Amino acid sequence: MTDPTNPLVMTDSVSLASRLLLQVSDLRVQFATDDGVVKAVDGVSFSLERGRTLGIVGESGSGKSVTSMAIMGLHSGKNTTITGQIRLDGEDLVSASRERVRALRGAKMAMIFQDPLTSLHPYYSVGHQIMEAYRVHNKVTKQVARKRAVDMLGRVGIPNPAVRVDDYPHQFSGGMRQRAMIAMALSCDPGLLIADEPTTALDVTVQAQILDLIVDLQDEFGSAVIIITHDLGVVAEISDQILVMYAGRAVEGGPATGVFGQPGHPYAWGLLGSMPRLDIDRVDRLKPIPGTPPSLINVPSGCPFHPRCGYRDEVGGDRCATEVPLLREIAPAHVAACHLTSDQQRSTWARLSEPVSDLPETKAGSLLASSDPANEVQS
Amino acid sequence: MITFIIRRLITAVFLLLVVSVITFAIFFLIPRLAGQNANELAAQYVGRNPTPAAIQQMVERLGLDQPLPVQYWHFLKGLVAGENYSAGPSVTYCPPPCFGYSFRSQLAVWPQMVSALPVTVSLALGAAILWLLGGVSIGVLSALRRGSIFDRFSMGVALAGVSLPIFFTGLISLELFSYKWPLFPNVQYVNIAVNPLLWARNLVLPWVTLAFLYAALYARLTRAGMLETMNEDYIRTARAKGLRERSVVVKHGLRAALTPILTIFGMDLGLLLGGAILTESTFSLPGLGQFTVLAIQNQDFPEIMGVVMLAAFFIVIANMLVDILYAAIDPRVRIS
Repeated sequence: MTDPTNPLVMTDSVSLASRLLLQVSDLRVQFATDDGVVKAVDGVSFSLERGRTLGIVGESGSGKSVTSMAIMGLHSGKNTTITGQIRLDGEDLVSASRERVRALRGAKMAMIFQDPLTSLHPYYSVGHQIMEAYRVHNKVTKQVARKRAVDMLGRVGIPNPAVRVDDYPHQFSGGMRQRAMIAMALSCDPGLLIADEPTTALDVTVQAQILDLIVDLQDEFGSAVIIITHDLGVVAEISDQILVMYAGRAVEGGPATGVFGQPGHPYAWGLLGSMPRLDIDRVDRLKPIPGTPPSLINVPSGCPFHPRCGYRDEVGGDRCATEVPLLREIAPAHVAACHLTSDQQRSTWARLSEPVSDLPETKAGSLLASSDPANEVQS
Repeated sequence: MITFIIRRLITAVFLLLVVSVITFAIFFLIPRLAGQNANELAAQYVGRNPTPAAIQQMVERLGLDQPLPVQYWHFLKGLVAGENYSAGPSVTYCPPPCFGYSFRSQLAVWPQMVSALPVTVSLALGAAILWLLGGVSIGVLSALRRGSIFDRFSMGVALAGVSLPIFFTGLISLELFSYKWPLFPNVQYVNIAVNPLLWARNLVLPWVTLAFLYAALYARLTRAGMLETMNEDYIRTARAKGLRERSVVVKHGLRAALTPILTIFGMDLGLLLGGAILTESTFSLPGLGQFTVLAIQNQDFPEIMGVVMLAAFFIVIANMLVDILYAAIDPRVRIS
């Protein structure tokens, strides 16, 4: 069962409530600009249990990063309005004082960013920056903090950490810089780690190493992870839950196996269709989603995806352009916001994944080639 | 770091050599290229209506009849080791750094500059402290409160400060604070060793006037630099770590924004130490700037040469110090 006002919060188990680390409900982030109000995030709800991984996917401008910055309390402009609730360990961050959120930042929730070169200060040594992060939240001497920095660098796989701790960011390679960022983020042992496109700026060979590292450290530290990306391959590998965002709204969400195996929203079909795959012998080209993401000032009426959607006729009439589809359960704990009926969704997805002779289920299974046990528990 | 400093020192010495060659060329090679002979050149040293004998004596004394490289050698030797000027039986020793003797007063140039230097140094350093503190803090506040009334007001004043010349602001301040309301009456230079209090009091108006111009410039530069650095990704990282906004701004933002300002500061200070011509003239301060104005008015070549060399020296040294400081601030500089 799901809570109707918050479809992604599973309430079917009492013990689950205590395991919930993060609960976001009806989050709205708006920026007042000269051209009008930008509704960057428009009523998003989701939740995350301790130690689990949530993947947020979507195109540029879909509100993924704005959501994560809102959780971290990093929207500071006076033109920004944030409403809704962000509960971290039961404590609401939206209504909390700035000083309180600052104290939580880095201690209970930490974040790593897309470009590790520009995200590290060029004038301070890597060790200094980790020590700084540790000492804001822990009253310890420099020697203790330094030992922590060396220890953390070692744990993220920096060779010879006792020496490299005094190196400056420009003396590190791209992958090592991201490792150092991870070391810094995890130095205070936060319950929540947000990784905003952590591998986008890295070489393909290094990407896999960084993802493995995040997964390993997640097991070691027991942190929950939100991974934000437009790379479906990344989330497919490590996520338990998936949230698909479009135009500042959640359009589909559920267990990773469900969302990848039996997606219900045409936008999710588009995302999957535009991803290269090795498991099927494709003769035709990748199918990009036609059109561009909508303006967040004038979001299309009805379903925000309708101008780009090829299935409006199957819904019939102009329902897609007039009526906003609500998130609706299409499989256990799996929701999608689309007017297509569940039968239509199933048959269309079956047709879309035609070129393979296998059944859609097995094909979807093979998509999650390196699925970890957590995924299987959920499916 | 040590090798870096040594390398910069060698470069500085080399630069000064180049400056000496160019200065020498301007005053001795170019007149010759323009067709002036040794006698005509020497005539400028002996005053009005000179006798041919006096000119001849001057030619010999200055060695103007010798080939140019030899003359340059003597010029350089004079700077480094001092030089003996022989005029018939009497020999005058000019101790290093020897810039020769003034056309008019026949006094050695170097001691004159040395006596003018404290005035200029007092003026430049005092103003520099004022404008650096004032300009940078106003710039930082403006950047942090971008678009606020404070920002608009201070940037408006800064625009005025950049646009108004010293001889305008200086005269206005003299009129208001020295004559109308005599807070600082009778502005004249007093040696700091004689009366430090009077020294400071009499320099307040020149300091403020000079600092106003530069503070305006620095406020605008700091504001632009801060606006840029505060948008950098590493500032977001610093906030994400949970640092207090104060350390985010000062430790992470200002430190990066200050580096380009430091470069300009070094240049400005070096330039001013060579003589703050407008300020010194406006407030009648007997510093290097006024020395320069007089030297140019009198077409006193040895004095002009001396001032040019000294000003170049200050700029080269200031630049060298900035480079070394830069390396201390930005670790990426040390590598190359």
